[in-house]
Amino acid sequence: MKIAIASGKGGTGKTTLAVNLALRAAETMPVALLDLDVEEPNGGIFIQAEIVEQRTMHRLVPEWDETSCTLCGKCVDICRFNTILKLGKKIIVMPELCHSCHACSELCPAGALPMREKVLGKLRHYRLGKLDFVESKLEIGVEMASPLIGQTIGYAKSRCPGKSYVFHDCPPGTSCAVMDATKDADFVILVTEPTPFGLHDLGLAVETMRHLGKPMAVVINRMGIGNDDVLRYCESERLPVWGKFPNRREIAEHYSRGELIYPQVEAFRRELDSILQQLESLPGQP
Amino acid sequence: MKIAFTTNGTDWDARIDPRFGRTDYLLFYDEENKTMSSVDNREIINVEHGAGPRTAQKIFDNGAQVLITGNGPGGNAARILDQMELKIYVGAGGMTVREAYNAYLNNQLKQGVNNA
Amino acid sequence: MKEIVIISGKGGTGKTSVAAALAYTVPRVVMADCDVDAADLHLILKPVVRSSEDFYSGVRAEIDAQSCVGCGKCEEICRFAAISHESGKFSVDKLDCEGCGYCQLICPAKAVSLPEQKVGQCFISDTRFACRLIHAKLGIGADNSGKLVAKVKKEARQEATRTGMDYILVDGSPGIGCPVISSLSGADFVLLVTEPTLSGLNDLNRVWQLTARFRIPAGCIINKADLNPQVTAQIKDFLIQQGIRHLDDLPYDEDFSQAITLGKCLPEINPGKWKTRFANLWQGITKELK
Repeated sequence: MKIAIASGKGGTGKTTLAVNLALRAAETMPVALLDLDVEEPNGGIFIQAEIVEQRTMHRLVPEWDETSCTLCGKCVDICRFNTILKLGKKIIVMPELCHSCHACSELCPAGALPMREKVLGKLRHYRLGKLDFVESKLEIGVEMASPLIGQTIGYAKSRCPGKSYVFHDCPPGTSCAVMDATKDADFVILVTEPTPFGLHDLGLAVETMRHLGKPMAVVINRMGIGNDDVLRYCESERLPVWGKFPNRREIAEHYSRGELIYPQVEAFRRELDSILQQLESLPGQP
Repeated sequence: MKIAFTTNGTDWDARIDPRFGRTDYLLFYDEENKTMSSVDNREIINVEHGAGPRTAQKIFDNGAQVLITGNGPGGNAARILDQMELKIYVGAGGMTVREAYNAYLNNQLKQGVNNA
Repeated sequence: MKEIVIISGKGGTGKTSVAAALAYTVPRVVMADCDVDAADLHLILKPVVRSSEDFYSGVRAEIDAQSCVGCGKCEEICRFAAISHESGKFSVDKLDCEGCGYCQLICPAKAVSLPEQKVGQCFISDTRFACRLIHAKLGIGADNSGKLVAKVKKEARQEATRTGMDYILVDGSPGIGCPVISSLSGADFVLLVTEPTLSGLNDLNRVWQLTARFRIPAGCIINKADLNPQVTAQIKDFLIQQGIRHLDDLPYDEDFSQAITLGKCLPEINPGKWKTRFANLWQGITKELK
């Protein structure tokens, strides 16, 4: 089962939940965790594991073949992403802007823009007991997260088979990167905090997931701060609340040191186990 | 030499726009003929990705050899301007074009990094 | 007129709380919320919208069923699996379409159009403080390029010029992509808000790599500094190495969530503790602006 862990805003505790949930589940069953926040992956900070594979991920972008080019400039007109410029007798391709649609390459009358591999980022696959952890990091200067997210999910499909759960630690927000990370999830867990910011951004996240037609549940972090509005919102929207984590400074301290929470804080572990129980009783589970 | 400025207006009293890619105007001063021309870059507000390179294309089309601007071009644009062997001077943000030109002549501006 | 942009790399460091406190503290300022993906500043400033503008960005392909001859060329060449067919008629999934226009170029029946998509709105509002707020909302699944951010900044600049304000304060976008770059463009000063966690330090590093390229003077606030003195010290070393001014260490304090919950900023809920603190912080920033 593919479970996406997402939130409307950053800093609500998404990665904390994803990492702790995955490791707790991996104590008894085969689990995969994919860190799809490819701009700023942080899950790896909390997991000390053996590296199984490291790959440089690529995508295809056109490369100018000066010898075949007739300088007709058709490519500049074809490209909708300002990727190709013609400066006098030079054609310049800006790989960062390319969406890899192949139009310029395939429609060039002289075949002077063959598609070539360009570095997208790095994928690292780790293993710790029953957990396979895959983390991808976007190369600085590469602006689009979606291709790397898609490739990471594809990698896990073939290289991490037979898992009871594949957890997707999603990027924050509601942009197209988030949609790519949750597109083929079976279920979405939304993490929030009981404050007006949390409520507002939860609303945005719920809207997004409804757009994708995903079943979802909510987990509330730092219970006790703020007010009851998030709980009331979940009630009126018929969103199940699967967990309520307490507001404890010690949790923040463990997080700041890159430590797992559940081995050290019992109240946290209880909520985590309750979430796992809920996952186990989802339809579609054996 | 032909000098390009990123500006918010079209004359010597206009202010240097600190941005490159999304600058409102480009001003070109031909030192030999002592003539001034300008390009209205405001259509750039409609461009999602690639504002820098698109503006760089305009610099090329107008044949400038020197660029005077504020903060300097971002990564994508910088790489293109580098290909053009353009000399970039930064730190003129907020000055009038006149002040910026004088600062350039008196070596008071910093040369910008041409590579991202 | 000076523009100060507040960024943080990762979310949850307290960037917006700082922005709100500064909105209260800074005189003659226009606020701009450039976190268009998940804007929060308005929850504290409680804006009343004075004007709004629809925002268009990107195109998506549409196939006119009447003109479509069912040749299937479009589905063949689409690299994003956005085109499918049913009973001989072809259609585009807008969520998967990237607007490259390839299908339009090769359609023999001229059945493909590429209309611009309305993806959000930009607002100019009054707030309960003395300042105006420029903010925006991006629709679901929209491509968050730098474009809407650039629009918000442009409107903020125009508003500041029009009303003779001295400062533009920008609550910047999180992350390290186009929206952040667009947030930074044209800034006179960058204020980094970070936290002493390994994740925070990681992201501070990555966002600084981006920022340094623009050579804009920068300062940093370490929020929740007492949470982890070790990492706080590491951050301080990093700041010295990189020539970033260390402006303040803020303590881990429940006031932050209290203030947000009450829809207020820090100096409002506890003036004794925060009013002078932020006034001093602002002094520190104005010194750097000279």
